[in-house]
Amino acid sequence: MEFFEGILIPIIASVAFAIAAPIVGCLLAGIDRVLSARMQGRVGPPLLQPYYDVRKLLAKERVSVNTVQGAYVVCALVFACLAGGIFFSGGNLLMCVFVITLSSLFLIMAAWSSRSPYAEVGAARETLQVMAYEPMVLLFAVAFYMATAAILPAGGMGSFDVSAAFLLDIPVVAYAWPAFLGLLFILTIKLRKSPFDLSMSHHAHQEIVRGLTTEMSGSTLALVEVLHWCENVLFLGWVGIFFVWGAWYSVIIAIVVALAVYFLEILIDNNFARVKWQFMLKSAWAVALVGGGVNIAVLAFL
Amino acid sequence: MQIIGFLIVFPLIAALALLLIRHNAARNAIVYVSAAAIAAGSIALAVGYLGAPTTYFEFSSGLIDHLCTAISCLCVVVIVAFAVRYRNIFAGVLALVQIAAVLHVEFWYASEMEVALGLYVDPFTVIMVLIIGIIGSGICVYALGYMEDFQAHQSEGAKDRRPTFFALMFVFLSAMFAIVTCNNLSWIFTAWEVTTLCSFLLIGYTKTEEAIANAFRQIIMNLAGGIGFIVALLFCATQVGTLSLADLIQTGIENPQVVAIPITFLAFAGITKAAQMPFQTWLLGAMVAPTPTSALLHSSTMVKAGVFLLVKLAPLFLLNPVVSVMVMLVGGVTFLLCSFMAISQSNAKRVLAYSTIANLGLITMCAGVGTPEAVWAAIFLIVFHAIAKSLLFLCVGTAEHHIGSRDIEDMDLLFERMPRLARLMMLGIMCMFIAPFGMLVAKWAALVSFVDMDQVALILILAFGSAATFMFWAKWLGKLAGIAGQPKNVELTVHASEWIATMLMAFLLVFACVAIPAISAYLVEPYIVETYGFLGQAIAIDNLLIASLAVVVVVIALFTGLGRSKARQVDVYLSGVSRDNGERAFQNSLSGQTVATARNWYMDDIFGEARIAPVGVVFNSVIIGCAVVLALVGVTLV
Repeated sequence: MEFFEGILIPIIASVAFAIAAPIVGCLLAGIDRVLSARMQGRVGPPLLQPYYDVRKLLAKERVSVNTVQGAYVVCALVFACLAGGIFFSGGNLLMCVFVITLSSLFLIMAAWSSRSPYAEVGAARETLQVMAYEPMVLLFAVAFYMATAAILPAGGMGSFDVSAAFLLDIPVVAYAWPAFLGLLFILTIKLRKSPFDLSMSHHAHQEIVRGLTTEMSGSTLALVEVLHWCENVLFLGWVGIFFVWGAWYSVIIAIVVALAVYFLEILIDNNFARVKWQFMLKSAWAVALVGGGVNIAVLAFL
Repeated sequence: MQIIGFLIVFPLIAALALLLIRHNAARNAIVYVSAAAIAAGSIALAVGYLGAPTTYFEFSSGLIDHLCTAISCLCVVVIVAFAVRYRNIFAGVLALVQIAAVLHVEFWYASEMEVALGLYVDPFTVIMVLIIGIIGSGICVYALGYMEDFQAHQSEGAKDRRPTFFALMFVFLSAMFAIVTCNNLSWIFTAWEVTTLCSFLLIGYTKTEEAIANAFRQIIMNLAGGIGFIVALLFCATQVGTLSLADLIQTGIENPQVVAIPITFLAFAGITKAAQMPFQTWLLGAMVAPTPTSALLHSSTMVKAGVFLLVKLAPLFLLNPVVSVMVMLVGGVTFLLCSFMAISQSNAKRVLAYSTIANLGLITMCAGVGTPEAVWAAIFLIVFHAIAKSLLFLCVGTAEHHIGSRDIEDMDLLFERMPRLARLMMLGIMCMFIAPFGMLVAKWAALVSFVDMDQVALILILAFGSAATFMFWAKWLGKLAGIAGQPKNVELTVHASEWIATMLMAFLLVFACVAIPAISAYLVEPYIVETYGFLGQAIAIDNLLIASLAVVVVVIALFTGLGRSKARQVDVYLSGVSRDNGERAFQNSLSGQTVATARNWYMDDIFGEARIAPVGVVFNSVIIGCAVVLALVGVTLV
């Protein structure tokens, strides 16, 4: 029985995540659009506009440039849900990180399969973005482990399990705030916000049209949108986990912090012009080296 | 024990037969039958010793000792003959130094130092035997079809040297079996030298100027490593008083200081064999050889002998900080820098070569850390790297003969031109770098073991190196994934032998990825428990099971899910009037025709070889030099 529990819990959690995350993510996307509009002095669309958009996309005729793109996008969504399920069921943080990378890879392949020049540029840039943020994401997981090792009473053994956060006396952020700041930096890339929205902008009027999703339409594009919502919820979960400890109200604090970070990202999105890839790569790696590297070096000597 | 004898002797007989019988059909038959027999033999050995503790066999004979010395001498004679013929003084001198050392050790020490337990089988040996026996002989089968095309591409009247080629491949397998089953270090040394010589001859097979130059580079570096090995034997004999590998490890665990010098030199030998920086150039140069040679060198033989030795010595590194730091840093720097340099390469075989060196660096790092968790990771890295890399080499080799290029830029639309091959290549690539496939699971275990040991530098190296790994594999994968128009299917003429071998690797790959929990439980864990007395496992079984399940999903998606869509097909957007969508030609604003082209990213000014390679060569040379000096003056920090 124990044998199956290990698999069953993440799978059930993934199904639950696949239902709940799009709802939460959709609302977040709606808030994003309203807030962005207000920041730009516009009224903006209704809160549920992202939902209306996706519903309309789903109703459109199925048109595709090839026979494989849709399958890749479905894979990307399935693995994003698995990553979410692993995370929110308290599973292994590294596993979650690796599975969401797999999801990104499928989206990249979907773009590349189209052979559209614009999508290819988008896919290449997306690959570069993954390379830029991946070190920090891994170091974030390591910092989580080392911080739990420093806080947990059980002599030096930490845990990669997200559920371990609930056993702590003080939140992880106390020991891992540099890694937290590093994660905030690369979160802008992961949430596809300006100045790092190189591979696909929310705004179609750019030099590579719509980048990754140039050749996606109808239900495929709708799934990409849902994928984006799910990812956003997962990444905000990563932010929140820094502020969770043994007390029940810590979850509320974590949610508040996550929402504050989301607001910050919207603010950044509206105030920065897009940068070149060289700057993105160098700055993201520098942040990972300083934020992540120094943090784990200090924790290692504690 | 008979089965070990069979595995070592039978390939030699097959080699002899292949050398003598020059008829094509007969050669095909011999290779098929011998490969099947070797694979069956290794499976029989695995079944026989599955779950058994380490078994030693009393086997020693002065005759074999002398035979080994004779073989070592023969190797040197061959090398010296080539050195004279091609006027390469350096190689000749090194070979002579080596033979002097061999004879010195043999007649002064080895004759008095009987190793009663000459052969052994432990779970790690079983794993290696399976890799050599199944993957190695699979590559030999593949070579049948490949070499036929290769010969056809040669100029008219070129001499058919295939008998030599196939004989060398089988000698190689024999020597590898000897390395992983012998307990007598002087026998291992002989086999070690035989692999060096075989790869020298295989690299120089085409006899072009470039091939000869690269073969000599290989032989010079590996002779240096061989001299390191023989010096280690000398110190083993004088300081430890044994030439038995098991006794060396046992003594080292009880008394780490005593073995400091021998293991430093053995580690040096392992590092050269595993093509770690500053010795990476020999493996890059080896690319001039026909692809089956590359596949053999990279996956199941040669470089794997280097890391096999390092992993074997891992428990001793754990107790000897100076050697441990040397091995960790050399491996780490190699992993990081070679992953970077792979980004800047467009030649598929060169990308594969850099990736091999980088992964060997990772294995070396794990061996240097030396904890049970790290060794668990290292063994899985060896397994998955062997399978995935052989699959990739076989795919690239076949693609090369059918699309006429080994440049990744020419692999556009391969998904349509060679549908089955492209999917297999994609499977191999995904196994190399992405969860839930084997390499990443092993990398994950490596990361956890570094974290447990607070190895901050190694954690950073792994984090940045993995990011670079994602870049160079993903962009290659993207090239393959493209679909446009209806290009001609060119894979209908691929030889059956090539398909058999390639499908075998693909099957093994999926099997091994799905069976990680079982492989861990029945082969890797027993080895670790026996070596360390307790089990260290970095990844919980639940997570391994989830990974297995995810592999099944990805494989099903890749092989059955793609290409089923019923959606209406339209052309891509080319911001103008499309003229020929397959060619991406569109009407431009002057009513002329423009073709959209896109190349991969190589970022040469950041990740170029000229910029990065010197850093690693200098750094690692200094590290190795310091470690050797420290060992010799007796600073062990134990």
